[in-house]
Amino acid sequence: MSTEVAIVGIGMHEFGRTEGVTGMEQGVIAVRRACADAGVKWEDVQFAFGGSAAAGAADTMVSQLGLTGLQFINVANGCATGGSALFSAYNTIRSGVFDLGIAIGFDKHERGAFRVDTRGAGLGNWYGASGLALTTQFFGMKINRYMHEYGISHSTLGKVSEKAFRNGSMNPMAWRRKPISEQEALDSLMLSYPLTQYMFCSPGEGGVALILARADKAHLYTDKPIFLDAAVVRSRRFGSFEVLAPSIALEHNAGPTVDSSKAAFEMAGIGPEDIDIAQLQDTEAGAEVMHMAENGFCEHGEQEFMIQAGETEIGGKFPVNTDGGCLANGEPIGASGLRQVYENVLQLRGQAGARQVPNDPKVAYTHVYGAPGISGVTILSR
Amino acid sequence: MAQVPVTEGVFTWPSEAPQLIGSRCVACGNHMFPVQSGCPKCTGDKTEQVFLGRRGTLWTWTVQGFPPKAPPYAGDVDPKTFKAFGVGYVELPGQIKVEARLTEADPEKLKIGMEMEMVIVPLSTDASGNEVVTFAFAPVA
Repeated sequence: MSTEVAIVGIGMHEFGRTEGVTGMEQGVIAVRRACADAGVKWEDVQFAFGGSAAAGAADTMVSQLGLTGLQFINVANGCATGGSALFSAYNTIRSGVFDLGIAIGFDKHERGAFRVDTRGAGLGNWYGASGLALTTQFFGMKINRYMHEYGISHSTLGKVSEKAFRNGSMNPMAWRRKPISEQEALDSLMLSYPLTQYMFCSPGEGGVALILARADKAHLYTDKPIFLDAAVVRSRRFGSFEVLAPSIALEHNAGPTVDSSKAAFEMAGIGPEDIDIAQLQDTEAGAEVMHMAENGFCEHGEQEFMIQAGETEIGGKFPVNTDGGCLANGEPIGASGLRQVYENVLQLRGQAGARQVPNDPKVAYTHVYGAPGISGVTILSR
Repeated sequence: MAQVPVTEGVFTWPSEAPQLIGSRCVACGNHMFPVQSGCPKCTGDKTEQVFLGRRGTLWTWTVQGFPPKAPPYAGDVDPKTFKAFGVGYVELPGQIKVEARLTEADPEKLKIGMEMEMVIVPLSTDASGNEVVTFAFAPVA
């Protein structure tokens, strides 16, 4: 049997806008905070996987952290960069090569919607020139179709935003900390029908670092180890509907979220009914709704009742995006997936402060989704 | 003013009845757009050029409500004069769903399942004063 893996230290640099501090420096600060949390020195860290989408090569941060000669591998995998770093660190320990390592993600993006590099994304110049290279359009089109098929209301989208900003107001690390009402979300500027300004997350800044150890050595670093029971990354299969696609097949495939979710549950040997709390990719309000079903937590369409009844609130039956999600934290691509894991570690330790869920969570779930059709899932337990 | 296409090889132009240019897999018959050499369905590596149908039904849609970043966008990005435009996927029967600009941008007038037809629309003016055109789909009256 392979070695079990525990998260023994977590560190984060505040998400949002930090003028005068580079994305790389925010990553360094997150690493230092993670080391302090685990009580380890940088020279004790045997290996690192790290990445950013727009803030430089992660391995250059050793010149600030210390040139200890550790194995440091850069990860670049779009919106799943953080998840891929974690997957790689997890399997490095499972394989028995090293006992103690770190997964790092950080970023710093310009203001406004992501500027898509059409050539880098394998698309012709005509695609961007014609006004089609916007990730926001995909999200509007996917939820518009979903609302048509499954009866999700505009009010439910507004309630997702209201919850995100309320949860963000209880998170000192969040970017958006001012609550807004469902009506304010619905009345804000329409960016990509049916999605308004307050229903979209914004590209932002931040950094997260997680220290992983062999589970049988976790007690050396913490009295509250959090066990990593599954880490999975999947790309798209034929027939799925993904961001930045000039065409899609007539036949339908459920997409990488469904695949990664099933694989993660199989790996952990549990099912959706065993999950106490979940952080689900909420690039926009509709994504949270759709991802509840794609990850197996309900049937398509049931979200309408669940969200209207408050079941996904911090005090509800199934809390979702307790730290405010991408909507309140923004999306520094490299760090975003690791932020979800950071939040679940806090919740499982019982250290989430004002936003601590009251259901004494034992098993927690994270899910990222992004371009060009990639998804990452983790399952944690204590 | 002369009209030039935003690119060569994506749609037939000039043409009375413009069509999108795609590929069909020789092995499994799968359609692709734009042209590509390998098939994502069966992994086959032989494809042939095919002209896609000009009519289909609207599968989903949105409205681009803010000026896209330029580059890559070639159209009007001045917030004072920018006009919102529709974007959607049109299902071409027996072939594929293609993404395109829509000539209609009013949410009240866009309905999933409505009949659409391919048209050519102006996008911008290039340095030589030519009108750059791209493809779009318009509701069938």
